[in-house]
Amino acid sequence: MREITFAQALEEALIEEMERDERVITLATTRAPGLENKFGDKRVRFTPISEAAFTGIGLGAAGSGFRPVVHWGMVTFSFVAMDQIVNQASKIRYMFGGQADFPVTYRCTTGGGMQVAAQHSQSPYSMFMHLAGLKIILPSTPADAKGLLKSSIRDNNPVVFFECSRLASTTGPVPDGEHVVPIGVADVKRAGRDVTVVGLAYYVREALAVADTLAAEGISLEVVDPRTLVPMDADAIRASVRKTGRLVVVDEAPATCSAASEIVALVTEDAQTFRALRAPVQRVCAAPVPVPFSPPLEQAALPDRVRITTAIRRVLA
Amino acid sequence: MSLTKSELVEIFRKLVLIREFDLLAIELRKAKRIYGAVHPYVGEEAVAVGVCAALRPTDRITSTHRGHGHCIAKGADINRMMAELFGRVDGYCKGKGGSMHIADFAIGMLGANGIVAGGMPIACGAALAAQLEDAGKVTACFFGDGATGEGEFHETLNIASLWKLPLLFVCENNRYGAGNAVESVRAQADITLHAPAYGMPGIAVDGNDVLAVRDTAAEAAERARRGDGPTLIHCKTFRSLFHAMRDVPPPETRPDDLLAAWRGRDRDPITRLEDHLIGGGTVTTAELQQIRDAVKRDLDAAVAFAEASPYPDPNDLLVDMFAE
Repeated sequence: MREITFAQALEEALIEEMERDERVITLATTRAPGLENKFGDKRVRFTPISEAAFTGIGLGAAGSGFRPVVHWGMVTFSFVAMDQIVNQASKIRYMFGGQADFPVTYRCTTGGGMQVAAQHSQSPYSMFMHLAGLKIILPSTPADAKGLLKSSIRDNNPVVFFECSRLASTTGPVPDGEHVVPIGVADVKRAGRDVTVVGLAYYVREALAVADTLAAEGISLEVVDPRTLVPMDADAIRASVRKTGRLVVVDEAPATCSAASEIVALVTEDAQTFRALRAPVQRVCAAPVPVPFSPPLEQAALPDRVRITTAIRRVLA
Repeated sequence: MSLTKSELVEIFRKLVLIREFDLLAIELRKAKRIYGAVHPYVGEEAVAVGVCAALRPTDRITSTHRGHGHCIAKGADINRMMAELFGRVDGYCKGKGGSMHIADFAIGMLGANGIVAGGMPIACGAALAAQLEDAGKVTACFFGDGATGEGEFHETLNIASLWKLPLLFVCENNRYGAGNAVESVRAQADITLHAPAYGMPGIAVDGNDVLAVRDTAAEAAERARRGDGPTLIHCKTFRSLFHAMRDVPPPETRPDDLLAAWRGRDRDPITRLEDHLIGGGTVTTAELQQIRDAVKRDLDAAVAFAEASPYPDPNDLLVDMFAE
């Protein structure tokens, strides 16, 4: 199978969906000459740096028959549009009794490790998970990125699509032609016997690397990628934990009220899965600090293979 | 622009219906028969009715926390509105929204909104959709003087003008943002001046003169349909009653002479149209009384409809969260 980058996979998904449905339009603060040439500047909208306005414009156009794909740039900038996200997009369908659909996709980059310091290294997906009313996507491979972006654009609800910055240039196999990944279905990236490691985004790759290393010691890791955080595929995660009896969750957001915490809760509040646990669960998350700039500090703030390995040894002890 | 007698009578009927609907809502709330907050539109009826009289059924509007008037002006069913205030399943939002979140997408009413200026970006999105469809639809975005303090106001005026969106920015300047006088929160009191700053026409109009509002909106709608972009319509009006009530109306804090001036027969939007229509020989006092009587009957029927409607089933709590 051909290999392309995560970024190329996303671009392919967008182009294919714009070709498939002329109601798909884009709104972004950076120009996209390729897209503009292909689809025209009416559908490929270059907007002023007015996040609240264009976040709500996407929502209003969605409620009026279009399928906008709104790019916030970094998730950082979405915070300027919190009214439109929190008070409007996440509530608009339910609050109005389901009388209209709002098929809008909000794209943004996320995560640290890029030496761009506190404001531009955030991983706040749990803030959005908390709202109820938004679907939350967080892919880890080019194939999943493509398939899930296509599903997001076709979904009839507001979707927030997180694109981990450290994954943009990574490559992976992506099927030719139509490739759609359903929202709400986790993927076992590596089957194993001893410990379930649930990784998010970049940390799926890191968990797989640790799995390779520990395999030499005879330790067998099962690496599970939720791929979508709302809805969360709790069944798949629980099934893995019931098999291995041990759970480590790895995420680069701080642990407090995080997706990692939610995953741990979903596992431990299920009686059958709880009884299958053979060790306390472990979260490997970012330190509770704004992500610092200097590389040694940044590395200390974020999870790494050493900390993942330590957590795995702890649940095996 | 001259209107037919039936058009004028319908404008009068809607003014009265909005007035009586909100006066009734206040009484129902005091009696604890409905829930939540009530934000009466009393005194400002000419803005919603005048603007919506210039719109087509396929045009769209966005509204505010003080939204009952906009709903009725755009043609919403008062039975379903009332049922929503009563928290019943036959309400517009099946009881999930209440007074501040009434919407009727089928008639282009894209929702009241509990956040000041919150509907403005949504209105721009609807206008963008209309522009892309090229079907000559316009969107009227209602907001209060308080919204001019929000970033969303400035962002949307700029983008709408830049993209020449088919929009009417309708500012209902009722002189108070909640309890604060406009001049106490704005460095430049004249809201019309925002229009030239964003490269669009700005027109100040007597917001208690329904026919003047209608003519101004018609001109702005025509401009928008031509593809010439948005207009800021600054409607100078007055909130005759309080900002909001829950169990009881809050005490009045505004000056007596100001209240008396705006509530006078020559300024109130309903008596003003009434005197104009009777003075010009368009209608008789008896005809207008028939309309008032019919409005009362319709509202009685709306309350009966609402009370006959069941409460939502708690088993349906999760219904309507996500579309298929």
